[in-house]
Amino acid sequence: MNHFVTVLAVVSTVLVLVPLVAILGYLIYKGASSLNLAFFTHVPAPVGEAGGGMANAIVGSGVILGLASLIGVPVGIAAGVYLAEYGHGTHLGNLVRFTADVLNGVPAIVMGISVYALIVAMQHHFSGFAGGVALAIMMVPTITRTTEEMLATVPHAIREAALGLGIPKWRTVMSISLRTASPGIITGCMLAFARVAGETAPLLFTAFGNQFWSFNLNEPIAALPLQIYVYAVSPYDEWHRLAWAGALVLIVMIMTAVTLVRIFANRGALKGGH
Amino acid sequence: MGVDIRVENLNAWYGHVHTLQDINLHIPSNHATALIGPSGCGKSTFVRCLNRMHETNPVARAEGTVLMGGLDIYKDASPVEIRRRVGMVFQRPNPFPTMSIYDNVASGLKLNGFRNKRMLDEVVERSLKQAALWDEVKDDLKRKSGASISGGQQQRLCIARALAVDPEVLLMDEPASALDPVSTAKIEDLIFQLKSQYTIVIVTHNMQQAARVAANTGFFLNGKLVEFDATTKIFTNPSDKRTEDYITGRFG
Repeated sequence: MNHFVTVLAVVSTVLVLVPLVAILGYLIYKGASSLNLAFFTHVPAPVGEAGGGMANAIVGSGVILGLASLIGVPVGIAAGVYLAEYGHGTHLGNLVRFTADVLNGVPAIVMGISVYALIVAMQHHFSGFAGGVALAIMMVPTITRTTEEMLATVPHAIREAALGLGIPKWRTVMSISLRTASPGIITGCMLAFARVAGETAPLLFTAFGNQFWSFNLNEPIAALPLQIYVYAVSPYDEWHRLAWAGALVLIVMIMTAVTLVRIFANRGALKGGH
Repeated sequence: MGVDIRVENLNAWYGHVHTLQDINLHIPSNHATALIGPSGCGKSTFVRCLNRMHETNPVARAEGTVLMGGLDIYKDASPVEIRRRVGMVFQRPNPFPTMSIYDNVASGLKLNGFRNKRMLDEVVERSLKQAALWDEVKDDLKRKSGASISGGQQQRLCIARALAVDPEVLLMDEPASALDPVSTAKIEDLIFQLKSQYTIVIVTHNMQQAARVAANTGFFLNGKLVEFDATTKIFTNPSDKRTEDYITGRFG
């Protein structure tokens, strides 16, 4: 029986790994050959012209994701802290938890349309800002629920130790509870980030995309998923190849960002705990 | 230096359960005082009322007067102020796992905004020496996590952490019950050393421990203080029949 369970676990692990390796392998196979310096330094070439790159989309994605994280991470963590430390068992707490769960299930395209109605229709123009807000809203529920769950795993004894030292509650939450739970919370933020980094639908009606350089958050802005989408549905072989290359770059960017945050977060962590 | 504690008509509740009923006693300064009694008798609740930790539980409340060196802790001060003056050591060692040994000891000061590095160094060294832990950890102060040392060392670390904020009173809620006999002996030695400088209140299940370290002992039963007297009197010639039954092992 022991043997059986071990085999089952190993087989399942392999089954989980196969799609990941297959996707990455296929992306490298299809996309790597189209990667060159121009891809990272040039904006898309006009229809009919060869060459061109996705430099503006790479930067645009960075800008939109930066804005989304800047809004989504603090709001998500703050809401999670409220749920775990203050709103336990209150009506508002239950409402926030329910809202977060529902929000988590809202389809990405609906999020795009909602932000279109809320921001784009009001301003009468597409903008990178609207795209960032749409992605931020999609990040919040994951971060909130992870933060709440991770704070719940912080032992009560540790909070008591802090309160017993005459440390005020807010300080205990900030410096003891959040710090103890931080590895899990960072994982949650990374999950949320990786999820929205590849989203196309919420950006279609918000950031809209742009064939030229644009750093202005008040204007339509290019994004990798949008550019991949436009190229992938086009009738040109050259554009299909660029779409594959774009997908490869997107995945590598997400993996790099997640790895960097992990390394950064682990630096200074003390070894030899439990 | 320690201060004396005068408790007058203290009552405490958890929800509708009346866990402490009309407690009156006087705990002298700069002595160790032991509280004994069977599980659920209210002795832990009692010490948690002395630093207002009891009220951190949303369904708990307390009424009555606790005068600490003349200061009414329920009227004249906030819970946070009281807890800075009354250190607490818990049943299970609870060092902050994400902090180094140094930061654990310094936490009470640092998290209250104290930043002077030279002073912190001095306080950490002094506290760890007071807790008889300095020689064992002095080379790993900033390298090791507070949770990476042994259970007995962790508990002494928690004592050092409580001492670092320079309290007047030290509450210990069964501080040795999760430890092996050698570590227990070290903690008892410590209490013996520290009682000249602090007012120590120690809750214990272990009657030998009470007899070894405390000048006075109180016996709690069903939320009431049955008897409070000099330790030798309690253990050799108790005035109350229930105390005698308990210490002779007839129940509990």
